[in-house]
Amino acid sequence: MDLKKLLFCLLIYSVMSCEVIAQVDIAGPWGTRRHEDDVERGGGPEVGDYTGLPITDAARFQADTWTATKWSVLEHQCEPHPADYGPSFSSMLIYRDINESTWQTNAYKLVMGWMTPIRTIWLDGRPHPSEYAPHTWQGFSTGVWHGDMLVVTTTHIKEGWTRRNGLQRSDQATLTEYFMRNGNILTWVSIIDDPIYLTEPLIRSRDFEIELGYQMIPYDCSYRDEVGLAPDFVPHILPGQNEYLTEFSERYNIPFEATRGGAESTYPEYMNVIKELSE
Amino acid sequence: MLNFMKQNTKLISKKDTTKTLGNFLLLMTLLVSLNVSAQNDDFELELLHVQGNVYLVAGGGGNTALLVGEQGVLVVDTKLKAASDELIALIEENFDVPIHWIVNTHGHLDHIGGNAEVAAAGNILGSSNSGGRAVTDPAEIYAHIEVMIPLVTADEVDLDAVPGNTYTAGSMEFYANGESVQLIHQPAAHTRGDSLVFFRQSNVLVAGDIFTIQRYPFIDVANGGSVRGLIDALNNMLTIIIPNTNQQGGTYVIPGHGRITDEYEVVNYRDMLTIIYERIEDAIARGLSLEEVKTARLSREYDPLYGSDTGFWTSEQFIETIYAELSQ
Repeated sequence: MDLKKLLFCLLIYSVMSCEVIAQVDIAGPWGTRRHEDDVERGGGPEVGDYTGLPITDAARFQADTWTATKWSVLEHQCEPHPADYGPSFSSMLIYRDINESTWQTNAYKLVMGWMTPIRTIWLDGRPHPSEYAPHTWQGFSTGVWHGDMLVVTTTHIKEGWTRRNGLQRSDQATLTEYFMRNGNILTWVSIIDDPIYLTEPLIRSRDFEIELGYQMIPYDCSYRDEVGLAPDFVPHILPGQNEYLTEFSERYNIPFEATRGGAESTYPEYMNVIKELSE
Repeated sequence: MLNFMKQNTKLISKKDTTKTLGNFLLLMTLLVSLNVSAQNDDFELELLHVQGNVYLVAGGGGNTALLVGEQGVLVVDTKLKAASDELIALIEENFDVPIHWIVNTHGHLDHIGGNAEVAAAGNILGSSNSGGRAVTDPAEIYAHIEVMIPLVTADEVDLDAVPGNTYTAGSMEFYANGESVQLIHQPAAHTRGDSLVFFRQSNVLVAGDIFTIQRYPFIDVANGGSVRGLIDALNNMLTIIIPNTNQQGGTYVIPGHGRITDEYEVVNYRDMLTIIYERIEDAIARGLSLEEVKTARLSREYDPLYGSDTGFWTSEQFIETIYAELSQ
């Protein structure tokens, strides 16, 4: 074998090795940093704010008829944030599940600070479950290392939300995530493909910083009726009767059409459309 | 068993019988094509453990639930007739105990098609008070009486497929494998003869076609179904289901078709049906015609999830059914 072939083989081998050998460890307590996700925090986004989201007409219609009274319904009170929305909302703890015979990492466990849902990211190559298996809030996640980046694929997620103002994400969505650690900073990029409520993948990134003193607080949610709703009451606003839809547009002086979202509104060129609409 | 059926058949009037029979024949016409077209197919059934002693067998028609224990196997719904061989083989390959009980959630052929075959593959649970029945007799079939009536009043009666243990009250209860089994009647829901089947110790609720997570509920109006009754049935389910932490797990629910679920999916389904129902109710109050309601696309956010433009139950038929019921 000549030197060129040998170098070529070494190059191929090194690339293949990177697929399976983790170069970093993402375990640790991570404090959230409120940057681009600030709008999702606290009280959450405003009613009618669909800006920059590639939503379908079905998603828009659902959000237009949604009301926050939904959270008064007993069965909805203890819903945690699903895997794709949790990172928008709180600090978290990541720890390793170790096989004590081989000392390999079987999985990462990831706990969000809000309602402490525990998520497992399997690293042992196991397949995803049957289509008939139950869906969960955190879904079923498998991860592979691509160099220093952990790439995670999640299926079997319960129906959730793209935003907390009625924009839904369906149970048919697939979540792909990229975890990248740079020293004490963890960057988490997520891509949601939802054939029902998104026309294009929704890409978001979140930043976390190591926070050694971070402590999880137990959260035991129990639902209760405090307003006397009938057990079969389902809150919703009839089509065309949501008087709050234009508030966001009026408060920030944004053309109403520009608040309605859609794939075209996710691109920089849409600024020109907003200018035209504003004239 | 035959005497028992004849006795119960007398409970309905001749007028009711004629109406029931007519409706049943309509339904058979609707569903038999599904059965016939599937007869030459090989069905790939899938077995999943739900929790406790309960399993799901998916594929081959409607979902089948199995309660398995030392005494034997209890089978909830027997799929299409053409899939019964695969169902029996799956049970025999995976469980070393006989089939003793069959329960029907309702009377559609994709759920009771294999009754005779599955019953014949099993046998009745022998006991000192078995009334002279031989332990070689087929497994017993349980259902609400409204499942049995159309079967015994049809032109061609297959007695081996007819539920012999029926109930007319609100519920029926018995013990199997040390577990309490409840059949809870839901009148005028998917049909007039729906039963929820609750395995209390395993904490699994079998819903039949009251809950079909993959599609809008089929309201079999010709056989006594109604939208309002189905909404009530979904709300009744919510009184039985108790979720575990963070609104998941706890009581698991096996729908008539589709994956294993829990309270969250039932709540979403109840919400969907109630919202569409109330939108159409409002539209009718505002004087909108059926065509205007269809044009308004009042179910448009749910259509991509549950709707269909083809098949025996389309989104349009679903809307028409709600409109017709609310216009009465």
